[in-house]
Amino acid sequence: MATGNIPPVEREDYLNKHYGVGSWLFTTDHKRIALLYLISITFFFFIGGFFALLIRLELLTPASDLVQADTYNKFFTQHGMVMVFFFLIPSIPATLGNFLVPMMIGAKDLAFPKINLLSWYLYIIGGIMMLHCMVTGGVDTGWTFYTPFSTAFTNTKIVEAGLAIFIAGFSSILTGLNFVVTIHRMRAPGMTWTRLPLFIWAHYATSIIQILGTPVVAITIVLVAAERALHLGIFDPKLGGDPLLFQHLFWFYSHPAVYIMILPSMGVVSEIISCFSRKRIFGYSFVALSSISIAVFGFLVWAHHMFVAGMSVYAALIFSLLSYSVAVPSAVKVFNWTATLYKGSIHYDAPMLYAFGFLGLFTIGGLTGLFLAALGIDVHVTDTYFVVAHFHYIMVGGALMGYLGGMHFWWPKISGRLYPEGWARLAALIVFIGFNLTFFPQFILGYLGMPRRYADYSHMPEFQILNVFSTAGATVLGVGYLLPMVYFLWSMRYGKPASDNPWNAAGLEWQTQSPPTTFNFPEEPVVTWEAYNYDEIDKGQKEVPQVVG
Amino acid sequence: MSTHSTSEHSKSPLTTYFAVWAALLLGTWLTYQASLLDLGRYNSAVALIIATTKALLVALFFMHLKGASEKLLKLVVVSTLFFLILLMALAMFDYGTRWFS
Amino acid sequence: MAAHTESHNPALLHHFATEEQQRNSASFGMWIFLATEVMFFGGLFCAYLIYRRWYFGDFAAASTSINAKLGGANTAVLICSSLTVVLAIWAAQTSRRALMIGMLILTMLFGLTFLGIKGIEYADKFHEHHVPGPSFSFDHEEIPGNPGHYANPHHAQIFFALYFIMTGLHALHMVIGLGIFTWLLWAAWKGRFTPEYHTPLEIGGLYWHFVDIVWIYLFPLLYLIDRHT
Repeated sequence: MATGNIPPVEREDYLNKHYGVGSWLFTTDHKRIALLYLISITFFFFIGGFFALLIRLELLTPASDLVQADTYNKFFTQHGMVMVFFFLIPSIPATLGNFLVPMMIGAKDLAFPKINLLSWYLYIIGGIMMLHCMVTGGVDTGWTFYTPFSTAFTNTKIVEAGLAIFIAGFSSILTGLNFVVTIHRMRAPGMTWTRLPLFIWAHYATSIIQILGTPVVAITIVLVAAERALHLGIFDPKLGGDPLLFQHLFWFYSHPAVYIMILPSMGVVSEIISCFSRKRIFGYSFVALSSISIAVFGFLVWAHHMFVAGMSVYAALIFSLLSYSVAVPSAVKVFNWTATLYKGSIHYDAPMLYAFGFLGLFTIGGLTGLFLAALGIDVHVTDTYFVVAHFHYIMVGGALMGYLGGMHFWWPKISGRLYPEGWARLAALIVFIGFNLTFFPQFILGYLGMPRRYADYSHMPEFQILNVFSTAGATVLGVGYLLPMVYFLWSMRYGKPASDNPWNAAGLEWQTQSPPTTFNFPEEPVVTWEAYNYDEIDKGQKEVPQVVG
Repeated sequence: MSTHSTSEHSKSPLTTYFAVWAALLLGTWLTYQASLLDLGRYNSAVALIIATTKALLVALFFMHLKGASEKLLKLVVVSTLFFLILLMALAMFDYGTRWFS
Repeated sequence: MAAHTESHNPALLHHFATEEQQRNSASFGMWIFLATEVMFFGGLFCAYLIYRRWYFGDFAAASTSINAKLGGANTAVLICSSLTVVLAIWAAQTSRRALMIGMLILTMLFGLTFLGIKGIEYADKFHEHHVPGPSFSFDHEEIPGNPGHYANPHHAQIFFALYFIMTGLHALHMVIGLGIFTWLLWAAWKGRFTPEYHTPLEIGGLYWHFVDIVWIYLFPLLYLIDRHT
């Protein structure tokens, strides 16, 4: 890969332009806000990971001997709430998205920079509230806080947790709103819709979901809080209410939410695969449209979480059929990425290793989703570890791998430094091995009947061996996650300075310096080339496209 | 959002605004009167049709959706309503078919 | 930074290339925000429609106990306030400063009237023990069109719960709207709005009209379930 020319003196960039805590806490620069988010979500990842560790420690033995069941209930609830609302949903959009969306379209910033900063503050306020809730007793309903347990029976801090999520949800809405307006209104001249990187299409689709879905869970939280305070009966069967109404309203957001978590990662994978196979993405328009399809179809399938809850079987049939259809656009992407690899010039740098991991693990996760969409199978495996394995394959094997791949790919741009490639490849391998060791046994456990959310499985002690594998895998996985934290931080001081485009990648973000200046480009770019024009870049017919003033 | 001065329009927007205002008040009165009639199951439908007409008048004329040069804003409104109706329709489908024997 | 070859409105923010781009972005942003509000209220409407269908008689009985005349008056008040909003914007477009300020004040007066009438309604409900919670009671209320049959108090409480949450959330949005219009009034007084630049008025107006539209639906759905028997 090209190393380019390293400037002999320190250039002005967005990192060194202003110093001081105030310049960070009151910034409106989308790149600084992205870093603020990066630090915050990494912090919450550790919190969520800590609860995961506690879960896995308890499950080493069949008996509930580490903690009581009530405490264990708090572990998995907090693991879920923190990981879903404070890590996965913001993860790529708020970090890589905030950093790259304006740059990829040739803009100076997002459409509403102050609202961007506000969204970070809302995230922080929600996060502090969630932390306070957890240390003062926490919640034990599962991250899904089903009624009437959450409204009428539990004594834990539902309202506070709900309020924290409500506020964080606002943060998510504002990010989505900002992205949609930016992508529509602030593209540089010549940056037509069909020249946009697929990363942008993915974030556009994600933003649609954030905008339309999050308010529904917000109002659901309001209803739960009101019900708890006043015993209204909206979700209480004793008072004429229907607990399933809660589930309808909750899952109307929470299912599309999983697409919020995976779509940005898919966008990252498109960028990485094309760069490291030196080829245009096969079927660009199909991949772009599949992102939008996933966003739309994702809203049609929510009640597949409710097949055995007491819903009408006719409705279950409809939702089962719709759930099969939502797999199609995801499959289209996987086929097109694979076709991109075909006859490509493959480079096995760390970002590509993560993208490969994504391809395999997301496929397994996605296919097992089809198992769950089949009513007959779902009756047996619902609320077992099969479901847990399914969503972790997608969320961790898919989304998180994509996030790590993206962090590695764009690290030179963000920090101006190269990370140590050898350590990065090792970490990717450790993550892959640790991940499979953790979660593959859970498919088997679920199929054999081990229920989820149980601290005590001593009625079936034969499950222990698989649980031990799973916990061992979690330890390996933890090491794999710690390594990048260490070497990324190390690289900020000791890493080799990066050139503007160390990967020789296509994309406007690589046409400006690493790290970028505050306003990204010295002059507004004018785009005259198609996306992923690697054939032109590599043939040398055309120089790496320069910004045209 | 138009910033043309009114002299460029052959008809002052004021006429439109007052006409819409009158139509909205009329619609309110109609809604109330219709509720006093026994139309059986059509009472709800009539009320919703009048309400939707009023909402459309506000959106098209007061919120200037009609004059919007791009289709984009209309797309935002239509897609939002689509997803809202989807929520209601599919949830109602569950409730409507839950107690078939 | 690109060199500026012509002077521009100080209201133009640095990351936008033209005032038109800035204005279009602001408007688009507000429409998207209103989309989120539609979904926010929409969840409540969904819950309401499900229970209304399920417990129609009980809901009808509860609905007849709220004051449709006051609800209708409030509808008219909001419709008038939407008119004054568009007139204020027209005044800004045509450099009629006094009219603009007058219309903004009138809009806010209408808004306060709405809240006042709402307050009267809520007080009535409080005195009749129709506020959900420990002191709720709805015994022996006949179902309209079904003499001898009485509404289930639990189901009626669900109606009132949704009534208070929906109208309360709406009233909260009115209060926020009044806050926004207070700022708009101050900015108008300061001379910030010209025919070329009055974007805050436009997007504040969009928000106000949305609040009006929500009420247009709330009124028939909550107040007029069954008034003919």
